[in-house]
Amino acid sequence: MNLHEYQGKDLLRAAGIPVPPGEVALSAAEAIEIAGRLGYPAVVKAQVLIGGRGKAGGVKVVRDAEELAREAGRILGMEIRGHKVHRVLVTPSAEIEREYYAGIVLDRKVETPVLMVSPAGGIDIEEVARSTPEKILNVHLDGRGLPGYRARAAARFLDSRWEIQRALAPLLVRLATVYRGNDASLAEINPLVVTTAHEVWALDAKVVIDDNALDRHPDLAALRDLTAEDPGEIEARDGGLSYVRLDGTIGCVVNGAGLAMATMDLIQFYGGKPANFLDIGGSSNPDKVTAAMKILTRDARVRAVLFNIFGGITRCDDVARGLLAALDRMKVKIPIVIRLTGTNEREARDLLGARGMTALSDMDEAVRAVIARAAEAA
Amino acid sequence: MSILVGRDSRILVQGITGRDGSFHARQMKEYGTRVVAGVTPGKAGENIDGIPVFDSVEEAVARTRANVSVIYVPAGLAQDAVYEAVDAEIPLVVCITEGLPARDMVEVAAYLHGRSTRLIGPNCPGLISPGQCKVGIMPGFIHTPGRIGLVSRSGTLTYEVVWQLTRAGMGQSTCIGIGGDPIVGTRFVDTLALFEADDKTDAIVLIGEIGGSDEEDAAALIERHVSKPVVAFIAGQTAPPGKRMGHAGAIVSGGAGTAQEKMARFERAGVPVARIPSEIPGLVAAGLARRGRGRLSVVHGVPRKAAKSGGKKPKATRRKAKPAGRKGKPRRAAPKPRAAKKTRRSRP
Repeated sequence: MNLHEYQGKDLLRAAGIPVPPGEVALSAAEAIEIAGRLGYPAVVKAQVLIGGRGKAGGVKVVRDAEELAREAGRILGMEIRGHKVHRVLVTPSAEIEREYYAGIVLDRKVETPVLMVSPAGGIDIEEVARSTPEKILNVHLDGRGLPGYRARAAARFLDSRWEIQRALAPLLVRLATVYRGNDASLAEINPLVVTTAHEVWALDAKVVIDDNALDRHPDLAALRDLTAEDPGEIEARDGGLSYVRLDGTIGCVVNGAGLAMATMDLIQFYGGKPANFLDIGGSSNPDKVTAAMKILTRDARVRAVLFNIFGGITRCDDVARGLLAALDRMKVKIPIVIRLTGTNEREARDLLGARGMTALSDMDEAVRAVIARAAEAA
Repeated sequence: MSILVGRDSRILVQGITGRDGSFHARQMKEYGTRVVAGVTPGKAGENIDGIPVFDSVEEAVARTRANVSVIYVPAGLAQDAVYEAVDAEIPLVVCITEGLPARDMVEVAAYLHGRSTRLIGPNCPGLISPGQCKVGIMPGFIHTPGRIGLVSRSGTLTYEVVWQLTRAGMGQSTCIGIGGDPIVGTRFVDTLALFEADDKTDAIVLIGEIGGSDEEDAAALIERHVSKPVVAFIAGQTAPPGKRMGHAGAIVSGGAGTAQEKMARFERAGVPVARIPSEIPGLVAAGLARRGRGRLSVVHGVPRKAAKSGGKKPKATRRKAKPAGRKGKPRRAAPKPRAAKKTRRSRP
């Protein structure tokens, strides 16, 4: 789960990392009230869960209330790569001398989190990794977290001045505690700045929480911004499904993530375009199938739906029951192609057969069939 | 005996009284697997279809000499379940549970370091040596004994590929689902080494997906150390970047971990990559034919070469594999010599 900048900064602040004061505004008037207290020049920053805000014009420095009113009004309501801006962060502008990068992610290869620091801050770290990898230092964390001496080594890599290192090192240690304590999968400060007054500040914060750990962080789970997500994806999560919207016309309902990806790929291979990734999971709950059908049939681009079920833990008859229940409860006008193989396949075929429906047993055949039906429906 | 599990495996089910645990304990037993014990704290003395339930793994191992544990407990309890099995010195632990926080697996990975237990999973379907032993949740009937080794990060996609191999007359030595999480106990490279060393495996099928770099590591290993034909397939060619595709580990981040990159890396390593799953059996057959081993391998169901190779055991202990998924108790002929051997081996 991605957090907004202001939410991430709250976590940093709580851990004792210096973060400039700042408050969230939902309107230009609120923004002016906040800046009046915090002082000008101020920075107004769009709060959206997508990168590239600056380039899109979602971050502006303003000198006075008039300029702030104009910029806040413009940013609130603008759309950044499909994400509508509902709120802005208002914060005093800093006099920046240096911009650094510090971030912690999981290093899958080494199987531990890794702190990455770079003196090339303020730009995309992936770009730095590609063009000037020597400007990144990796420090792996272990059961001890980040020991002070290793934090000092990272600080030395960033800045040669002891007075700055002395501020950077404890900040990095605290970043490691933010990462671990909140079950983050990313905790990033970019830029991490040294001001002209030689103070160290986290000017931005990007924190991503491990979805699998939200159960043990109800306070963080409550930070989820539903206005920033695709309604279908929210509904899918509530229904226990894993769903990602794509651009195509062929809806798919699949059990298992790998098979769901392979089904999308196969649709593309045979000349169709998948409308989504949808995994109904391993359990045998007919309600999930109904929820899946609701999401797909509401999507006007979907011209045909493919069920691709390989029964294991999932029992084919449960999927058939869910589908029939869904068809009873809602009007489905688009064609449905069903492929069933595996556990309780025969029972499923009997259930469908009683309602005049048939199921294929071969995945390639089913994909070709659904592409043909979608073309007819177009 | 294929790899990792076989006729000698004695299975312990952690979480056996739960919905999934009890269902799959029965399924494994029906397949002919020796399910010798179950563990659920507080339920000692109960039994599930005759499988005795114990309060702790330690006690279950002491009483039943279980040497493989399979875990079906909820995600919040899975880390502790793995620790309990590792501390009981069970050589092979298979964690089916999905949804473990990554931090829990970071800690598990560190704890496993330097210990003798091998962990498979989490978030995996388990593993099966067809006709011998099924540890996990996969449907048994789609498999058939044979000489193709299969390793995959997926569950149902693995079933799909196994089913296509079986229908093409290509049986399997062992099929392993290593799991879809960012950190798993056993990776592609580990299983490739095992398959390469296994004289009952002639060719290997590897099913990867987007995210991480385990496929790239596998390709590098194959280049240098794998002489057997390998065929790869990568799921997620149409996955958009930055989106998690179901599996916690299946995400393209920062332009890295794409299917295209992984496919290209395999091709550079000389590994044929199937564009779609149904191309896999043909590519396997071609690989075997190039090696001149095709005739031995592509024989439906019956591992013909097995009757000749090894030569360590009297023929009496080998039997044609029973058709999978059938009810009833498959009893084995002449288990004595094997039982004796197993006893020695399982004592630490």
